[in-house]
Amino acid sequence: MSILEIGDHLLDLVERVDIVFWPCVMDFKRHDVETMPGGYIDLCFVNGGIRNEENEDMVRLLRDRSSIMVAHGSCACEGGIPGLANLHSTDSLLDRLFGAGESTVNPSGTIPGPTNRTLEGEAVDLPGLLPGVRTLSQVVDVEYRMPGCPPDSIQTWSVLEAVLGGRLPPPGSVIGAGERCVCDECKLERNGVPVKRFVRPHHVVPDNTHCLLEQGIVCMGPATRSGCRAACISAGMPCRGCYGPPHGVADQGARMVALLGSLVDSRDPDEIRRILDDVVDPVGTFYRFGLPGSSLGRPRR
Amino acid sequence: MKSGRLDPRVVSARTIRKDEVYLDAATRKFEPVILAFLCNWCSYSAADQAGCSRRSYPANVRIVRIMCTGRLDPGHVIEAFARGIDGVLVCGCHPGDCHYVDGNCKAAGRVWLLDRMLEQTGIEPGRLRIEWVSSTEAQRFAELAIEMTEQVRAMGPIRWPFSESAGTEARRGSR
Repeated sequence: MSILEIGDHLLDLVERVDIVFWPCVMDFKRHDVETMPGGYIDLCFVNGGIRNEENEDMVRLLRDRSSIMVAHGSCACEGGIPGLANLHSTDSLLDRLFGAGESTVNPSGTIPGPTNRTLEGEAVDLPGLLPGVRTLSQVVDVEYRMPGCPPDSIQTWSVLEAVLGGRLPPPGSVIGAGERCVCDECKLERNGVPVKRFVRPHHVVPDNTHCLLEQGIVCMGPATRSGCRAACISAGMPCRGCYGPPHGVADQGARMVALLGSLVDSRDPDEIRRILDDVVDPVGTFYRFGLPGSSLGRPRR
Repeated sequence: MKSGRLDPRVVSARTIRKDEVYLDAATRKFEPVILAFLCNWCSYSAADQAGCSRRSYPANVRIVRIMCTGRLDPGHVIEAFARGIDGVLVCGCHPGDCHYVDGNCKAAGRVWLLDRMLEQTGIEPGRLRIEWVSSTEAQRFAELAIEMTEQVRAMGPIRWPFSESAGTEARRGSR
């Protein structure tokens, strides 16, 4: 969907390419892809992580029919917010959603799955859940990754222009993003002030001229790839880390832990712990968009 | 198991990457592998001294010397657990004695955050510890190594929550 954000450029795009499959926007069916010969699609953007059997089946089919595949958006690149479900077992997730949840009314105890039947007793063709969320590249080979939640529209158009002009970097690259961290593009002033306490964004009115981290707001900027022109920070919110780790960083959360450890203004281990206890939900904060793709959350080799 | 008689399976070429649970050759019981990151200026000297003075401590503890606990990248710890290491011990200078002023305090904060993160993912507390051991505390290092080995042995092999083959069983209890 974020490709629509390129606006008028969409007209330039359709002048030069045929769109052969875009289920979000146009009426295409799986059958249309099945009838294509292998490698028929020149460029295939895939969004979303791999959560169920249908997702896996579809990306394998698309992989076969595509010459170049791009993981588009945080979910396809790193697993995205749904990837945080990997912290829980499938059983406990289903129980929470369809059983014990406060707003759930499900007297028959039905849990959606491949064995479901309609009221008339006919089989319903529902895909089964996989054990966890995986990134696209953990399931099929991917030429390029383009992070962002959503990917920046200016970046999207520059990538499309590069494709049309035959100026793509070598396969394996991250496209539509920078190599350094968000701080590199951030306009706020940094003074290297250590932190005595951490606060959550809704607890304070931040000073929008100075670094948010120095004000004790956990901003993922230092551990996040540049490319968004520090969009969230410019709007007064801390970076949430959607572009994933910068070039050369294996694990976004580990980078953030390293940073917060050296940011605390104390030399007393007990006080350091008290200060860091104000950082709530470390996994959800540091891996908000990338648990399945990180060292912490990736399936063990 | 005491040092001196090393089980070849415990001290194998695959000391860092662990693909399976190690069993003691004689007893067929689980033997944990513990990675110890020791500060060059204090704890490593303590471990060295423990060896020189022939104190025995379990061979389960594998030592990695680092220049300062402040050099320890949290990614190293995550990577160790992800590859099947059962416990990680980080030892540095007592607070105030750091060779680099406050590297150990930075490490304390990082280990604390990591510990909370690991707990969220369902890893038992106690598999990651940070302790202060000065260069004269050889006995303390040996005791720590024994204590941690026993503690982790009692916990059993690490169950990394994101192993696909482990399925839902391994992830249970992680709420």
